[in-house]
Amino acid sequence: MEKNISFKLRFWRQNGPKDKGHFDEREMKDIPGDTSFLEMLDILNEQLIEEGKEPFVFDHDCREGICGMCSLYINGTPHGKTERGATTCQLYMRRFNDGDTITVEPWRSAGFPVIKDCMVDRSAFDKIIQAGGYVTVRTGQPQDANAILIPKEKADEAMDCATCIGCGACVAACKNGSAMLFVSSKVSQLALLPQGRPEAARRAKAMIAKMDELGFGNCTNTRACEAVCPKNESIANIARLNREFIKAKLDD
Amino acid sequence: MWLCDSSIGRKVVMSVTGIALVLFLTFHASMNIVALFSAEGYNMICEFLGSNWYAVAATLALAALVVIHIVYAFWLTMQNRRARGSNRYDVTARPEKVEWASQNMLVLGIIVVLGLLLHLFNFWYNMMFAELVGNPTMGGLEATDGFGYIVQTFSCPVYTVLYVIWLLALWFHLTHGFWSAIQTLGWNGKVWFNRWRVIGNIYVTIVILMFLVVALAFSFCPGCMGGESGQLMMSQPACIEGVCF
Amino acid sequence: MAKIIDSRIPEGPVAEKWTNYKAHQKLVNPANKRRLDIIVVGTGLAGASAAASLGEMGFKVFNFCIQDSPRRAHSIAAQGGINAAKNYQNDGDSVYRLFYDTVKGGDYRAREANVYRLAEVSNNIIDQCVAQGVPFAREYGGMLANRSFGGAQVSRTFYAKGQTGQQLLLGAYSALSCQVNAGTVKLFTRYEMMDLVIIDGRARGIIARNLVTGKLERFAAHAVVIATGGYGNTYFLSTNAMGCNCSAAMQCYRKGAYFANPAYVQIHPTCIPVHGDKQSKLTLMSESLRNDGRIWVPKKLEDAKALQAGTKKGSDIPEEDRDYYLERRYPAFGNLVPRDVASRAAKERCDKGFGVNNTGLAVFLDFSESIERLGIDQVLQRYGNLFDMYEEITDVNPGKLANEINGVKYYNPMMIYPAIHYTMGGIWVDYELQTSIKGLFAIGECNFSDHGANRLGASALMQGLADGYFVLPYTIQNYLADQITVPRFSTDLPEFEQAEKEVRDRINHLMGIKGKESVDSIHKKLGHIMWEYVGMGRTEEGLKKALTLLKEIRKEFETNLFIPGTTEGVNVELEKAWRLNDFITMGELIAYDALNRNESCGGHFREEYQTEEGEAKRDDENYFYVSCWEYQGSDDVPPVLYKEPLVYEAIKVQTRNYKS
Repeated sequence: MEKNISFKLRFWRQNGPKDKGHFDEREMKDIPGDTSFLEMLDILNEQLIEEGKEPFVFDHDCREGICGMCSLYINGTPHGKTERGATTCQLYMRRFNDGDTITVEPWRSAGFPVIKDCMVDRSAFDKIIQAGGYVTVRTGQPQDANAILIPKEKADEAMDCATCIGCGACVAACKNGSAMLFVSSKVSQLALLPQGRPEAARRAKAMIAKMDELGFGNCTNTRACEAVCPKNESIANIARLNREFIKAKLDD
Repeated sequence: MWLCDSSIGRKVVMSVTGIALVLFLTFHASMNIVALFSAEGYNMICEFLGSNWYAVAATLALAALVVIHIVYAFWLTMQNRRARGSNRYDVTARPEKVEWASQNMLVLGIIVVLGLLLHLFNFWYNMMFAELVGNPTMGGLEATDGFGYIVQTFSCPVYTVLYVIWLLALWFHLTHGFWSAIQTLGWNGKVWFNRWRVIGNIYVTIVILMFLVVALAFSFCPGCMGGESGQLMMSQPACIEGVCF
Repeated sequence: MAKIIDSRIPEGPVAEKWTNYKAHQKLVNPANKRRLDIIVVGTGLAGASAAASLGEMGFKVFNFCIQDSPRRAHSIAAQGGINAAKNYQNDGDSVYRLFYDTVKGGDYRAREANVYRLAEVSNNIIDQCVAQGVPFAREYGGMLANRSFGGAQVSRTFYAKGQTGQQLLLGAYSALSCQVNAGTVKLFTRYEMMDLVIIDGRARGIIARNLVTGKLERFAAHAVVIATGGYGNTYFLSTNAMGCNCSAAMQCYRKGAYFANPAYVQIHPTCIPVHGDKQSKLTLMSESLRNDGRIWVPKKLEDAKALQAGTKKGSDIPEEDRDYYLERRYPAFGNLVPRDVASRAAKERCDKGFGVNNTGLAVFLDFSESIERLGIDQVLQRYGNLFDMYEEITDVNPGKLANEINGVKYYNPMMIYPAIHYTMGGIWVDYELQTSIKGLFAIGECNFSDHGANRLGASALMQGLADGYFVLPYTIQNYLADQITVPRFSTDLPEFEQAEKEVRDRINHLMGIKGKESVDSIHKKLGHIMWEYVGMGRTEEGLKKALTLLKEIRKEFETNLFIPGTTEGVNVELEKAWRLNDFITMGELIAYDALNRNESCGGHFREEYQTEEGEAKRDDENYFYVSCWEYQGSDDVPPVLYKEPLVYEAIKVQTRNYKS
């Protein structure tokens, strides 16, 4: 059996985007190693509620690393530090040591205003997708699926790009508050597939324009996004986006 | 205009100016190497690049590149700071993948600019500027005596140290800048990512070494420099007087 | 007071019903579409695809979700794949065969006509998704790849790694985003539907709570579509996301919509076993693992004892001492039997004492044989991300060589155990997906759907998208055609006033209880009762006990609940309390239905009704119907049952057999 650990938890409390915010601290005792980070926070909240206090608010949903809802900045790393990339919900307490201090912060970026505590507003991502992150196709009777042949390598690469869960860790980690990894993953997925080609130029321009308009920063290729992406999206996508965008602009 | 009002456009401007400046540095470094072997040859180049219309035009173009690069750097940084928001993380950890240089390009850039100003003061002001204002011996030597000015500058250890710091900052700046420019221009991919990094690092290291060799060589053994014509010039005492503040 | 339940199935042979329906249904012309508003609650596969398709047709759509983005809907977590009768593999698949397999898989409790339609449109779904840019797996020639799945003898499942649900949802989300951009769909994220508004017997709007400000808001429309998923979280621990709830469905039920077949709850055989009492949810390991993984427990009881005590590991037990019980019991389907069969078989072994972890509630899923056969690279290519996920959670790497006995290599086996996963029951709908309330439609997992008593793997995605893209956008027009003269409703009508007041009063009541128990602690108790007495093996006695215990839970909820904070702004506990209230009602509904259904079929297993070999024993004589439950005005009054008789024309009803 794994042994339990005790540690000091510092967690961010902020009542709305205008509030200044502060850290609350709490000693957490005897947390089993096979508890997930979010289950540990459930325990925290049970304790807080028992004391009549308001629970610590954070986003979470599927708890299996795919919905992209969870968004905690743990000890200086979005989603906490793991080797192969994982979301907060896939982080297990066995990764921490007895006596640690664990600091939990929200995504901090102008593009993601805090709603409460560590819950942030990521609707900017939706707006970017709405600007062009799709293939315009009418519901109905498109051609047979096998009429579009796509080499396996291309399909696999597009799949890798499409794996992005839109959690926003890339923005949270970026010192420039840039959303390029997110945008480039969607642009890349559709740029790699023949279905996406007809709109490729329009898409790249529209999504970048929206991203800029929403106040995300300029990418300076620090690779922090890639390093923390729970789905291991590559900055090769960003190069592809740059290429698509520059080509589109030069064609204008 | 997309080069101003889109984030990628602004980055393209940084990349293109950056690459142009790297090319200039390559040329400059190659030119410096000549000073190691032939003072006469070096000064011939200096003369060639004196106050001729083409050299002045090139200098102006170069200055424009530098100014654009710097203006955009500040502009981008300001925007990025705004995008980052006013709240800072209490705890941060830099992932291993992230190069230190990539996160400190502006600071490195500022050091580079300061070094550049010093360099202009040491050389350009006494050479091209002196010619332009019609006072070729303004700096104590002939305006075309580039070799002499090198000897003069590096006879002062303080300058040597400053130049080494400058070159080091430049090296850091360029190791990130080189592949970053390629990345921004979209000539990158999963495979080429590492290749460009290696190519960039080697290239940049060679260029910086070329500068460094000249600076150090002239500091530690000015007498062995410039071949026969160098020996000749070194015998003229005016060369070493009145420098080092 | 037997009401006639009319499912409005079109005339004609089963294969022609849908074509006939479409040929004769009423349509709404483009100019009129602009004047009709539709509310769609939910943005999962069904909700997003319906909202996108309706918006694209020209209707004005209001689309709601409780998450921060439509892309978070729990459809995203579906791993395995989506079925379609394309027959790309040339293995004899056809629309009829998919239809047949689905009806059979559902233990002959599904509505024939609906299932046939589902099989029919399944091919369109694949075409549609590919056109949207969904990166399905491909073969080297560039054609689409398929894999096999439980309950079928053909390979008809299309997949995108282990993230098919994600890719399909992102496809639907992109179609939705396109319509939001075009202005036809207005999106409301972080909004929760709190009540249904009925005017003159028709669904005309909803009351929704803005989860950020805490304010109640009113929305009016000509029709309301709910696509809010299933009620698996009634059991507290399930593979559902934390936010999954049945509140929207319960509000419709309380307003008069029948709830059908609540007892049909699917228990998924391949979940990571429960590890402690602090656990908040169960993680599913894709069913596709059963393609190459072999399920076993030890043959000898003493080996099981050693495993439970932790003195032995799975890899210490040699081949000859392993009992591959699925292969033994069901030679024809082996490890690929349907989910309900696999789950019950695991429970049967564990009940006999052969469980393999410290709780005795786990079986092994082993890849040693397939790693030897295919090589580790091939296996990792297929299941690498699942192996990683498993290791992250349990600290055990299933791709790691652990032991070698007599020249046979043994790898670390995974441990799995069944868990609540999907709910076949739901709001009753007719052939047009309209509920028993006019103008209220239910799609996706939220309706009682096409899966009968058990859903086959890779069919949920198929059904959600079929409803959303290809069925509802047609059938809703048949309803809306005579609504074109109805002007838009004002939200100042007394019906809205009244509904909002009721919601506000209820919220204030909950906030005012100020007891001692947190929402989660009551929910956990509810979950315990449900799993214990209304779970995998049910008995009359247990169900009666559950109903008594649930009354106590309700009482505790009403008198001892504590919600901190206020109604203003974000209040997560209030949201959870609101949902728990409905889970308790739902729990009772499941128990009532399970108690009524004196037979075992699909996801409903009554221990009194089984064969000598422990297989489910159906009673087609007496229970060949859809149970439709009607709310009686109060949570304290038992619901009333109506029956929709099932009529099978195309398929002969048989005992399900996966043995030969």
